[in-house]
Amino acid sequence: MMKKRNITFYLFIIPVLMWLIFLIVLPHIDLFLSSFRFENDDGNTVFSFENYLSFFQDSIYWLTFLRTAFYSIAITVLAFVLTFPIAFFLTKVVSKKYSSFMTLLLLIPIWVGELVTIYGWMILLSDHGVINNFLIYLGLMDTPIKMLYTDFSMIIGLLYMSMLFMIVPVMSALDSLDDSLIEAASDLGASKWTIVTKIVIPHAMPGIASGGIMVFMLIIGDYVAPNILGGKSSLWFTEQIYNFFLTTIDWSQGAAFGFLLLLLSSAIIWIVLKITGQKLERVGS
Amino acid sequence: MKKIVLVGAAALMLTSGALMAQETLRLLTWKDYTPPELVSKFEKETGIKVKITYSNNEEMVAKLIATRGGGYDLAQPSQDRIKFVQMKHKIYQPIDYSKVNTGQLITSMVDAVKKNAKVGNDSFGVPFCYGTTGMLVNKKNAPDANDWSDLWNPKYAGKISYRLKRPLLIATALGMGEDPFALYSDKAAYAELMKRVEKKLIDNKNLVKTYWTSGDTQVALIKSGDVDVESGWDGKGWTLHSTNPDIDFVAPKSGALGWIDTFAIPAKSKNIDAAYKWINFALAPENAAFFTNGAGYGTASKDAINYLKPEIKDNFTRTFSKADIDNIKWYPALPAGFDKIESKILERIKAAK
Repeated sequence: MMKKRNITFYLFIIPVLMWLIFLIVLPHIDLFLSSFRFENDDGNTVFSFENYLSFFQDSIYWLTFLRTAFYSIAITVLAFVLTFPIAFFLTKVVSKKYSSFMTLLLLIPIWVGELVTIYGWMILLSDHGVINNFLIYLGLMDTPIKMLYTDFSMIIGLLYMSMLFMIVPVMSALDSLDDSLIEAASDLGASKWTIVTKIVIPHAMPGIASGGIMVFMLIIGDYVAPNILGGKSSLWFTEQIYNFFLTTIDWSQGAAFGFLLLLLSSAIIWIVLKITGQKLERVGS
Repeated sequence: MKKIVLVGAAALMLTSGALMAQETLRLLTWKDYTPPELVSKFEKETGIKVKITYSNNEEMVAKLIATRGGGYDLAQPSQDRIKFVQMKHKIYQPIDYSKVNTGQLITSMVDAVKKNAKVGNDSFGVPFCYGTTGMLVNKKNAPDANDWSDLWNPKYAGKISYRLKRPLLIATALGMGEDPFALYSDKAAYAELMKRVEKKLIDNKNLVKTYWTSGDTQVALIKSGDVDVESGWDGKGWTLHSTNPDIDFVAPKSGALGWIDTFAIPAKSKNIDAAYKWINFALAPENAAFFTNGAGYGTASKDAINYLKPEIKDNFTRTFSKADIDNIKWYPALPAGFDKIESKILERIKAAK
């Protein structure tokens, strides 16, 4: 009996281990090692921190990272502000019967994929697109407003594809909130604002934090939306990594920047969790 | 339990055996280069199954470096991207020109590619098609736009677009009256010229609507009326001209940029015979003409001209005068390290306000 279980156990664990080792651990080790490889002026490859140092030496790199990080944080906050009322509505106001159907509707943009939703936004936002034509048709204005290829369209695109990853964990956190707590607070004379800030949000905090981490990581690592919707000044940090790997074929430099992105974005998450007093273990649950 | 493993292993062997039975050609190429009609014709004639992967110069090279020249049986890099990549990474194998039916090719193009893609005594490319990068212009709104310098002409403010890639840097230098290719032997002077190009493009960034990023966005921008003057490819401009006569391709006065895309065989190609078969098939006059009639790009096949549609021939004579043809600047092989200079400049331009 015991032996049989062992075989089954190994049968299941070996593919998982192979997946982890060959497709995740080894490539990362290889990338990490190659990030220290540097070709000096004589054309020899040497061990060096040069690839990492260049991030701090050349303002174009760290400025781009700062810009990317700033936008990612702002969009994460925006995603929370926009989705929190929806999540609350779906879990606490609408009856269970409809709320699951509505949640399903929210998932549809994920099914069609990021690229398709982005092209959809292009049709809506372009100078001769749906929104501009409609506003001109209504007589509200004569010349189209430039919306596509701006920071505005980039933010919309990023927001639209990442919002769901905020809604779902917040909803599951709100689900466990006992309605009687809200009723009790209201019976005792608490205002709506007090109820939201003192009871609802603190209870949903782990959900908000895990949603926030997901949204932030998705946005800071996104490549498509800034590249297509962003227009002429939308240099994103991932684009620089892409350029190292594909345009200049400098994989060592690209690897170094990839690890910097991982380190710096993890650091930002760690700092935010510290400031808000959250524990990563609680967020995960 | 053992039985299940055995059955699984047997099933795996069977399926892989079935895959082995049919000969395949794994082709790494550009969109538009493999019309479905030609692919099925080739499959019928030879019984070889063609598996196509679309790519571009950067990704093609990156993929082949990652696999050290494996994964594909035939690739189609531009002729200026072969030499220095080959010297450093050795991802291609020499072309055996005795297996190529060079008799059906334009001799001057074969010689040019042979020379530009030469490392040591071997050469690594066979020309397939060529075209130029120039400008797509909406003649109704911008009748006078005819030079690279119109890409920063305030007259067209907000109606200008281009792709933020290295051809733009070359084009800008040409528009400024410089000869960037003459500086390919002098890295410092080239870097200095690129600095001035960078300044030019940043100073005039406010005139640009957006940067186009692919053939599709290039077409969409001018077709929708969002821009009137943009950098672009001749094939795209001519195709647009056939549906909207206001839009046409224009060869810039300071010189259109000429590119030649080639066939190159990856170092670990598993089906070299099929690769040569495809090369000779795709460049046979009738097939090459079919490609040109569809995609609009010129072909390296000599007698294809006999099978071209009249409107396709007309495109060429309408766009290029004798002087324009002599003025086409063909890309020389890109020296090592130059892409780094250019890449940083492109990033600075994109990051600028």
